[in-house]
Amino acid sequence: MLPAAVALTALVIFPVFRDPLDSFLGDSILALAFVVMALGLNIVVGFAGLLDLGYVAFYAFGALATGWWASDFFTGVNGERGIHIGASEFASSLPGVHLNFLLILVGAVIITAIAGAIIGLPTLRLRGDYIAIVTLAFGEIIGRIAQNGDELTLIGDYKFSNGRQSISPIDQINLPLIGEFDQATNLRPYFWMGLALVLVVLFVNFRLRDSRMGRAWIALREDEVAAASMGVPLVKTKLMAYAVGAGFGGISGAFLGAFLNSVNANQFQFGFSIFILAMVILGGLGSIWGVVIGAVLLSFVNTRFLTQLDQGIGNDVLNALGLDFTFNEVKFGVFGFILVLVMVLRPEGLLPERRRKLELTEGVGTGGESVYEARA
Amino acid sequence: MTPEPAPEKAQPAAAAANGSALLAAKDVSKIFGGLVAVDDVSFGIAPRSIVSIIGPNGAGKTTFFNMLTGLYKPSIGTITFERQDITGRRPDRITALGVARTFQNIRLFATMSAVENVMVGQHARMRAGMFGAILRTPAARKEERRVREHAREMLDYVGLKPAAFDQIAANLSYGDQRRVEIARALASDPRLLLLDEPTAGMNPNESARLTEFMVKLRDERDVAILLIEHDMRVVMGVSEHITVLDHGHKIAEGRPQEIREDERVIEAYLGKAAGD
Repeated sequence: MLPAAVALTALVIFPVFRDPLDSFLGDSILALAFVVMALGLNIVVGFAGLLDLGYVAFYAFGALATGWWASDFFTGVNGERGIHIGASEFASSLPGVHLNFLLILVGAVIITAIAGAIIGLPTLRLRGDYIAIVTLAFGEIIGRIAQNGDELTLIGDYKFSNGRQSISPIDQINLPLIGEFDQATNLRPYFWMGLALVLVVLFVNFRLRDSRMGRAWIALREDEVAAASMGVPLVKTKLMAYAVGAGFGGISGAFLGAFLNSVNANQFQFGFSIFILAMVILGGLGSIWGVVIGAVLLSFVNTRFLTQLDQGIGNDVLNALGLDFTFNEVKFGVFGFILVLVMVLRPEGLLPERRRKLELTEGVGTGGESVYEARA
Repeated sequence: MTPEPAPEKAQPAAAAANGSALLAAKDVSKIFGGLVAVDDVSFGIAPRSIVSIIGPNGAGKTTFFNMLTGLYKPSIGTITFERQDITGRRPDRITALGVARTFQNIRLFATMSAVENVMVGQHARMRAGMFGAILRTPAARKEERRVREHAREMLDYVGLKPAAFDQIAANLSYGDQRRVEIARALASDPRLLLLDEPTAGMNPNESARLTEFMVKLRDERDVAILLIEHDMRVVMGVSEHITVLDHGHKIAEGRPQEIREDERVIEAYLGKAAGD
């Protein structure tokens, strides 16, 4: 308990010792957002054993929620006077919908949880690789819709998104009692906000894992037929995993939308899903702390290590070898290489879940014969 | 109902007909593509009875089991449990109604502890939802404690040593895994327990103990038991009524003594020449 308290305190006061606009602080905020994402994906992939390759869809919905409800995106609404609920003084003078960030979080969770359940529905009768293919397609579909959302009018004249043009600027996060953040002068509040989100999501993760639902997820992962025969309703349990995992993605997406101050459909790429999945696998499927470590590591590899290689001698080395590309251009290759290394050297992940470790080192585990296949 | 073998030959079937059966299957068939795995089988179990289904390999016994527990949907026919039609109902619903099972090749949740396995068995008897679990409300906490305690009681009841309670299921000995599987099934508080070859891989001594345990279970916990079994000593020793399947057909049913002497049964098991 004491080490945890010390570590947490260190984390909380760390921004105070950095410059308010420090770039490392900015990268840390990104890392926190990715921790939330990875913890969400871990519920689907790690706990319930449903390989989800379309996680970017929930980032998209979360970010779009911020785009819709914290900018002048819906300019014409309410006779161009806008709708404002709990928005800051400045945002309240702008047209469009401007909600308090906490409301946006709630909205993002609702949207993404529903989207998660929808993505779950067609996969219920599938297993293994087939689930992965359907979720992959879902992620792509949402990404494409967002990219072409500027030509997609839904209600009245309102569009789905701005497509490849960003929705920007986004309102600064404005919390009750605390007030409005200001990214231009001080990043610290964003760090603390991100840290608070991580703590909440961690808490929920642990509570769920050690509950009736968590046991049902793991039972499902271990043996679907046996789980169903023991009274675990497969459909509900799977959809819950998708919905909760998606909800976390939505939280993180909404936060990233506000932090990055723009929502651009170009961010919603397949590679993003793989990036998050790589964090989960690197850390250890199903292991909550492992996933946190994996997310922080990969996030910093992305923001720090690759950038430094790019700006430093890395590309000179590549040029000297006659290779005509930069490290940044092949960053997904680098992530892939990291994954291969993990698989070869430590397949259970950096900090494996107790169960998973056992499975890999002692050959424990069962084949997953599908109930629905058996019933067909 | 008395623990003694049923006095008349067609007693369970008769019970099925007059609606007092715990579980009744009526004219049930299961067809896979062109293969008729179970062909027009009717079958009934009286409350608090111990009955067996026997038959050579591939006779359709496990297929029949899977239809009773909802893993397969019967192609034709109806299945009722406590007078409710459960034909084609989802496995978890059927479990919630009071039918529990074990598997021929043990299917524990390998990386969960013995206690956790049995806790999963109580899933249908729990109410805690998502928010109860996250907020850990007093009700959810109480339920969690009760379920854990009940799991330990069940493991104790089936004779698992307390030292093994928190061991990962995969690390348990074969006999203990069988025990945990039975405890997991019992944890859902069933009225009917289906055991699919529970003595497979056991020595005669262990089989005899399991036989005693089945009788004890029936007497103490008011559970009817349906058994698929190859070990004739177990079948003849414990069953009040036996149904014989061969190539998906029901070829005989009756009391152990009658089955032992039935021409068609001997033929199915030993071939025609040996039956002569």
